[in-house]
Amino acid sequence: MDIFLQQIINGLTLGSVYAIVALGYTMVYGIIQLINFAHGEVVMLGAMVAFTVITSLVGAQVPLPALLIVLAGTLAAVPVCMATGYMLERVAYRPLRKAPRLAPLITAIGMSIILQHVAMLVWSRNNLAFPQIIPVITFEVAGATITAVQIGIISISFLLMTGLTLMVYRTKLGVAMRATAENASVAALMGVSVDRVIASTFLIGAALGAIAGVMFGSYYGIAHYTMGAVLGLKAFSAAVLGGIGNLAGAMVGGVLLGLVESLGAGYIGDLTDLCRWPLVQGWVSERCQLDGHMILFGSNYQDVFAFLVLILVLVIRPSGLLGERVADRA
Amino acid sequence: MKRWFDFLSGSRSSKAGLAFVVVALLILPFALTQAGTAWVRITNLAILFALLSLGLNIVVGFAGLLDLGYIAFYAVGAYTYALLASPHFGLALPFWVVLPIGALIACTFGVLLGAPTLKLRGDYLAIVTLGFGEIVRIFLNNLSQPFNLTNGPRGIARIEPVQIGGVSFRGTDTWFGFSVSGPMKYYYLLLAVLVVVIIINLRLEDSRIGRAWQAIREDELAAKAVGINTTHIKLLAFAMGASFGGIAGGIFAAIQGFISPESFVLVESIMVLAMVVLGGMGNIFGVIAGAVLLSFVPEILRYTVEPLQKSLFGKMIIEPEVIRMLLFGLALVLMMRFRPAGLWPSSTRRRELRGPS
Repeated sequence: MDIFLQQIINGLTLGSVYAIVALGYTMVYGIIQLINFAHGEVVMLGAMVAFTVITSLVGAQVPLPALLIVLAGTLAAVPVCMATGYMLERVAYRPLRKAPRLAPLITAIGMSIILQHVAMLVWSRNNLAFPQIIPVITFEVAGATITAVQIGIISISFLLMTGLTLMVYRTKLGVAMRATAENASVAALMGVSVDRVIASTFLIGAALGAIAGVMFGSYYGIAHYTMGAVLGLKAFSAAVLGGIGNLAGAMVGGVLLGLVESLGAGYIGDLTDLCRWPLVQGWVSERCQLDGHMILFGSNYQDVFAFLVLILVLVIRPSGLLGERVADRA
Repeated sequence: MKRWFDFLSGSRSSKAGLAFVVVALLILPFALTQAGTAWVRITNLAILFALLSLGLNIVVGFAGLLDLGYIAFYAVGAYTYALLASPHFGLALPFWVVLPIGALIACTFGVLLGAPTLKLRGDYLAIVTLGFGEIVRIFLNNLSQPFNLTNGPRGIARIEPVQIGGVSFRGTDTWFGFSVSGPMKYYYLLLAVLVVVIIINLRLEDSRIGRAWQAIREDELAAKAVGINTTHIKLLAFAMGASFGGIAGGIFAAIQGFISPESFVLVESIMVLAMVVLGGMGNIFGVIAGAVLLSFVPEILRYTVEPLQKSLFGKMIIEPEVIRMLLFGLALVLMMRFRPAGLWPSSTRRRELRGPS
């Protein structure tokens, strides 16, 4: 039972990071029906910039509390990522807004390769280890432990989601965004500056991505120039799971995907332990007597779950859990 | 179709032109050897990439289905070859047996990927195929427990070289007084395979199937309406593209003698896509040109950028590999901006990528 609860806590943490990244995908998709393929790289840049700031502050022995140092890293990462997101929109998407759909997808792939390798030149090919400055504080919850970092990540994500929802439903920009999502040309006729709305969508998504990058980096303690690809793919899966183009869907999808992944990784080893399968027990009994386990798929298959979820959702219910849009797009 | 074989009955100048190309291709490895055996190997890799690009061109160029996990089929072909012709299982099946098996298994994987994704197009298909490629790579990396199938990240070594009629393709032989090295023998094998694949592709392009693919690419709904069985035709595109990938993978395993999951990462898929896009989606000779161009550019960079940087700054600042990747990225972006149909666009594709006017 405690393992179960522990995996739920881990899954919630991971899931709230996915949710924040997924918001970036879903917002852009909702407005211009386009997958911002390079969004994962924006998240990676966020983690990288924060890494640099945090390491240099720690290295210079600036007498600041750990939280303020991480905050400084985040404050540095957000504008860099926003600038990158804006640049992406201007270079890769805006000139191709009227082109066939294959074109912006390919420029986005090109931009993500460029961003990855520029990051590699700046931060090297190695795994960058975040300095362990946040004191490890743990709390016991019914036999499972939750760390202060996990509580921080979950609550910050919750605040960001609430803030974004309020923004979309209560502000002028939010109205403009929803109008553009509904019908860009009619919105333009109503006096909405469509270009500006699209650009702000990219800016907001990138800012959220930056924060997610810092959270991911400080949770795992590591950043790498290729981390954006898989993280982005998982967040996209989360967005599709919830129903792409739907803000609430991205949040639900993110959290669900985090839970699926962490429970899957926690239990797949036990479930595929051939020594527990009565049907094959006789067949493999020799190996079982030797080491007691014969695990077909271990927790190193963790990354497979997101892709399986993605494929299953697209095959069974392409509109996702909360969405209405159909995946039948060329 | 006919125009490509016009040279058989065609004018004297086109016959002479073709004869010139054939002779040039035949003596090319001897000329390259003068510059170093490395260049023959590079040429071989370029032909391998051309094979891969032609396979991907069927899926992306002809049928318009964006596949970002194409390298998975290359991996399946390579691993099939490695498992059936290496000490890993103690098997040493002959080349002519292993290669079709590899193609068949890759084809099965193509159908496995195609069947559940038939409803998807564009972005969604791209993302799902990308995920599929990653799944295959994760399995290759981890299928060493509890049964050692792939030997995990360590990869499979000591793969048998190609052997045809008692002639091993590894090591140097003397033919008609000429010394022929291993890479040179592979060059001729690859060239022969490439010619066969080109002919198949040319025949496909103008066949009922090829036209059906193009119809689906242009407008799936209309294609369906005129009675094309889109399900079968799309699956066929995936299956054929995958088989070509599997064949290329098998030859790759034989040439290298060693394979590991590291050769089959996402970036490789994107590289092949870049070749198809650069050359001109849907245009067979454009795609080959794209593959050759993008295979040789990094090598030329290696021979120019390294010494240049060393003489200018005294050390290497940017590795050629990184420059290559930056160029790939830049090429994808610039091509879509300024020449979306590629350097050598096919006539029909050109029409489509001009977009709504």
